[in-house]
Amino acid sequence: MQRDGNGNAATEPSLKVAALVSVGRHPVTGRARRAEYDARAVEIGLSLAKGGDLSLVHAGASSPETEAALRGYLGMGPGAVDVLQQPEGSDVVPALESWLRAAGPRVVLCGARGETGEGSGLVPFILAERLGWSLVSGLAEIESVDRDTMTVLQALPRGQRRRLKVRLPAVVTVDAAAQPARQSAFGPAQRGELHRVASEVVPDAAAREWTVAPARKRPKRLKIVKAASARDRFKAAAAKAEGSGGQVLTGVSAQQGAEAILKLLREEGVLR
Amino acid sequence: MLDVVLPILIFASLALALLGAIRRIRLWRQGRPSPVSVLGGLAAMPRRYLVDLHDVVARDKVFANTHVATGGGFVAAAVLLILVHGFQFESRLLSWALLAATAVMFAGALRVAARRKNPPARLSRGPWMRLPKSLFAFASGVFLVTLPTAGVLPASFGGWALAAVLTLIVAWGISEMFLGMTWGGPMKHAFAGALHLAFHRRPERFGGGRSTGLKPIDLKDATAPLGVGKPADFTWNQLLGFDACVQCGRCEAMCPAFAAGQPLNPKKLIQDMVVGLAGGTDAAYAGSPYPGKPIGEHGGDAHSPIVLREGRALVDADTLWSCTTCRACVEECPMMIEHVDAIVDMRRFLTMEHGNTPNKGREVLENLATTDNPGGFDPASRMNWAADLDLPLMAKRGTADVLLWMGDGAFDMRNQRTLRALVKVLRAAQVDFAVLGNEELDSGDVARRLGDEATFQTLAVRNAATLAKYRFREIVTCDPHSFHVLKNEYPAFGASYAVTHHSTFISKLMEKGRLALGEWTGGRVTYHDPCYLGRYNGEYEAPRNALKGIGIKVVEMERSGFRSRCCGGGGGAPITDIPGKRRIPDMRMEEINSTKADIVAVGCPQCTAMLEGVVGPRPEVLDIAELVAAQLVAAPAPARGADKRVQVERAVEVVA
Repeated sequence: MQRDGNGNAATEPSLKVAALVSVGRHPVTGRARRAEYDARAVEIGLSLAKGGDLSLVHAGASSPETEAALRGYLGMGPGAVDVLQQPEGSDVVPALESWLRAAGPRVVLCGARGETGEGSGLVPFILAERLGWSLVSGLAEIESVDRDTMTVLQALPRGQRRRLKVRLPAVVTVDAAAQPARQSAFGPAQRGELHRVASEVVPDAAAREWTVAPARKRPKRLKIVKAASARDRFKAAAAKAEGSGGQVLTGVSAQQGAEAILKLLREEGVLR
Repeated sequence: MLDVVLPILIFASLALALLGAIRRIRLWRQGRPSPVSVLGGLAAMPRRYLVDLHDVVARDKVFANTHVATGGGFVAAAVLLILVHGFQFESRLLSWALLAATAVMFAGALRVAARRKNPPARLSRGPWMRLPKSLFAFASGVFLVTLPTAGVLPASFGGWALAAVLTLIVAWGISEMFLGMTWGGPMKHAFAGALHLAFHRRPERFGGGRSTGLKPIDLKDATAPLGVGKPADFTWNQLLGFDACVQCGRCEAMCPAFAAGQPLNPKKLIQDMVVGLAGGTDAAYAGSPYPGKPIGEHGGDAHSPIVLREGRALVDADTLWSCTTCRACVEECPMMIEHVDAIVDMRRFLTMEHGNTPNKGREVLENLATTDNPGGFDPASRMNWAADLDLPLMAKRGTADVLLWMGDGAFDMRNQRTLRALVKVLRAAQVDFAVLGNEELDSGDVARRLGDEATFQTLAVRNAATLAKYRFREIVTCDPHSFHVLKNEYPAFGASYAVTHHSTFISKLMEKGRLALGEWTGGRVTYHDPCYLGRYNGEYEAPRNALKGIGIKVVEMERSGFRSRCCGGGGGAPITDIPGKRRIPDMRMEEINSTKADIVAVGCPQCTAMLEGVVGPRPEVLDIAELVAAQLVAAPAPARGADKRVQVERAVEVVA
């Protein structure tokens, strides 16, 4: 992680970074663990906050199992996790929002989506909206952090990267494009502290009306490649998806943009 | 004049040696406590030295005799020197005995000098090169000053000039032999070695016993360090053991990682620990370095980290991760130093404190914690290999004569062939057996050797709880790693069972005549001893008996039995995968090739995988169970079909 790589401005001596961590679920055995993407967020936080401070926060119900999973993050090095006590069926956003307002980090890191619960990936968006902070999704790397802005690389499909200059404070989501999380070590995991923090509890009104059913495995569309040679197969595998019927809108008003998006969603049958 | 000078010289050097001893003991006592029986240990020490240690030394007959002459001569001469010249006992008999002792010592020193003329690479040079000269000085000096007391020469012979010269020679000899013993010189091995034998951490090893299981850490004790991060984290008797090293380099000559050019040399590692306990750098070390790492760049002290995350300290992490835990160094060490314990202790710190297990280590340890097997396979698929075999499950039976422990090889397609062959043999002998099925977890071998004691203990406790639910006479397994862990490391977690390797079990079935076997018509066969069956558990005969039972005459390799060379697959070495100049299995395959064997018989899934990974042309790698299963004659009809298939495959292999 090159924080001073470009040499333009000195990194703030103590950059306040926060990482939102959740309890993950192993895809094969279903055991509680540190969530893959959240762990990557902590990894970025650790390299970013080398000279500053990284605080971890979790909002959720606590049980011995979830505590063991949260200790997985402590094993990476941070000394403590703030655990906002939230019973099952509550909306964690208000609690996280007030914690973030009080802590006042410049950068908030989190996984693109949780492995348990709704897993909608909406928490960072709602938080950023409520706090009025910038949001970057799919972070690959943070290149440098200045007083009011930071330069990051955002991951796009097929290994492409886009360099963004982001106003701080910012909420950043991390997915498979970021570097893998370091090993979690037993010693620091045992010694690290789980600070239970009382927090406001708001029931998740919307979720109460939902019915939840186990996900079905959706059939995958076969990708048929008619290629005679290895070179053709490689080209087919590596080629960009050829979009058909798409259009790039530039310099249009928000109203026009929204209408275009709605039109597309209706065409695709997403909205009826 | 000598009457005055010699007593002063002798008693002054003894007093200084005593001071040195106190200093040395304080250095060892920097380590953590380890309970030992002080008087019992000291009482047992002479026997441990004369029998157990000497058994190892005597593998090199010439040097054993050299050591007996030099060491024995010296001990006798030192005692007599103190009596005759220190206390000035006027006894012709003692003087003549002293003359004889120094003469024997001199003869021994001649052999030491001859060995030092063109020393093999494994021997350290440096101060060790002056040792024969010092031995000569002591033996000849004491011999000459004793001639007058023995009445051979008149007391005034030679005058003061000769007396002065003799005094200097004796002083040289005494300072090497007495002061060097405790202040640090080649002779330190005698002092530290004697105490090391007395206070050895594994006293079970003496008197023909065996103690190879790793020692558990009490994870509930928050004050106990998680492994060894600085030299003072070793127990004091481990530090003492390091200090006893004679730098003979027999470990170096046996170490597969050293031979493969990986950055490990067991002798250097032990010397680095000595540097660590006394403080300083390795610049004075005069033996073979870690391959690819120059000498003089590492150093430390008892209370500084051994391994740094970044930069150099006492030892680099890749040195510790190069070890295959094959125990060849421990087996060969005449001082009975425990290299593998030390390496795993330091690995524990790297894994459990630094969280820095190299290469695939992180992935494997995470898989073990979340899926109970190193490959991350669905634990519910553990029995897929036996979908058509209708194996009896312990969960349904509750009791069986034999519990067949499958090991993680159940997920490996190659080892599934071995397992199926073993099941065929068990069924042919009508053994009452059952398996744990999906209840079985990884034994924890890899986790423990990668230093993850926490994951190991979790697996061990859970497996022990499963085993406790059922009744069986013994556990049989085709995986020597599971075998070792179940047999030697689970008892610490309340699970003590009779555990048998499948080769032992098969050879017993043969002895009882429970197997109908055909004549061996295949080609030449050699046998590769797995470390965890042989050196760890002393089972060298049963696999050979099993092969003999099907009419195979094993063509032995140069390195076999207790000197068998590792396949490179132990201790998580394929996972940490530290680069060297060559691969260990390639070196082993060369040794197999030099027997001109068509088949190499193995008894371990790791060995099978490592040896089969060597590029051809090479002999076919077959497990003992597969060889025996192929020779079953009165097998049921469907199995006979499989029998033919095996033979067809082999015919193809031999032609190719």
